[in-house]
Amino acid sequence: MPTVVVVGSSVAGVRTVQALRSAGFAGRVVLVGEESELPYDKPPLSKQFLAGAWDTAKIRLLTAEQATELDVELRLGAAAERLDVAGKQLHLADGSVLDWDVVVLATGAAARPSPWPVGSGVHVVRTLADARALRADLADEGPVVVVGGGFIGAEVAATAHALGRDVTVVDPLPTPIGRVVGDEVGGHFTALHARHGVGTRFGTGVESVTGGAGDLTVTLTDGTSLPAATVVVGIGATPNDGWLAASGLLVENGVTCDEHCRAVDSPDVYVVGDLARWYHPGHEEHLRVEHWTNAVDSAVVAAHNIAHPDDLRAHAPVEYVWSDQYDWRIQIVGRPARATRHELVGTLDGDTARGAVLYTDDEGSLRGAVTVNWPKALVTCRRLVSAGAGFADAVAQVTALPPAKAAA
Amino acid sequence: MPRITADHEACQGYGNCITGAPDVYDIDDDGVVVLLKDEIPESDRARVEEAARSCPVSALAVED
Repeated sequence: MPTVVVVGSSVAGVRTVQALRSAGFAGRVVLVGEESELPYDKPPLSKQFLAGAWDTAKIRLLTAEQATELDVELRLGAAAERLDVAGKQLHLADGSVLDWDVVVLATGAAARPSPWPVGSGVHVVRTLADARALRADLADEGPVVVVGGGFIGAEVAATAHALGRDVTVVDPLPTPIGRVVGDEVGGHFTALHARHGVGTRFGTGVESVTGGAGDLTVTLTDGTSLPAATVVVGIGATPNDGWLAASGLLVENGVTCDEHCRAVDSPDVYVVGDLARWYHPGHEEHLRVEHWTNAVDSAVVAAHNIAHPDDLRAHAPVEYVWSDQYDWRIQIVGRPARATRHELVGTLDGDTARGAVLYTDDEGSLRGAVTVNWPKALVTCRRLVSAGAGFADAVAQVTALPPAKAAA
Repeated sequence: MPRITADHEACQGYGNCITGAPDVYDIDDDGVVVLLKDEIPESDRARVEEAARSCPVSALAVED
């Protein structure tokens, strides 16, 4: 019986082992994870878990019982140290070696480290241990400064605000979310902070962070400074590909793969989730995407291809990501950042925001959409982007959707 | 035949299930999942299981 070793115990790795069994793979399956924790889900770490509303059990992706039911061997607390592609072996940090017939690399990405190392009180949010440490600090008092106005930063700011802390978000970009949704729509995201009384210092960088927990000083590039009891740094992530440097695989901001999620020139090595820089046949370019849904979708494609090597599927998803901030459920589909024009249906203003921004390019097709508090519009747009719908038709369809009966 | 279940309280309207199995799942105007059928043939199980597992809040299940 062939052995599949899956390296990485986050959502991409867990969904791979589950999908292998759903796809009928009957061989040996081993799931390797660096952390000794049972696999857990990451999106709640900046939201429900951080707020204390959900406990660890609620974010479990796989229990020991479920692993047994799936006949999946768990090797947790065992960091992958080296991959021998020719010899088909995985070397672990504890000195043990696993033989494989097919290996799936799912080691994900790590929080980009804080450039301002200080003794205490400065956090990143990527792992369960990170979130536990921040949750403990957020139970204290005093101002919180969040460095980075992207999705993680905004979610943490919203959570800290809900816990009663005074919060300021700092970002060198004038409109941080503008990178994703364009500057005009991005302005509504900035206004969302303001409406909840959270300060923003956008267009201003951080010069230094000094002090310790409860008594930190964040000095900005404009010469001003912010006092902080707690600082959270959310400035992006970098792929965990360093351990593969000597593997012979093509490693270049993630592992380069073909459209079937297989590492270039190594068809028995699959790569899924944040680690993969794969060829998207629809977009005709290599992409690395750090979204939950992409991790799940790539896991399903890889598992299918392992179980059915004579019926290879391509991984060609329409991008999709969500973010929950304050009273907004934000859902983004497609590629708004590549659009040239957009149109708003509904409203993004005030306490009852419910709207959809549809994006198009010069060719007149729907390229993407950003929705706020309107899942039906998101689902509609996701379908229309997949189908290659025209922009005018898409705007008409979303405009024709009925109003929410439960509108606040 | 495998049975489809949904936790309507847990559903947050993320919509991944609809992309995976549009013949089984839909969403109402308030953003809550709608089941288009209660049971599926065994031959659809793998596909619908994947759609259920694409739910970020584990609101969906395929049961025997």
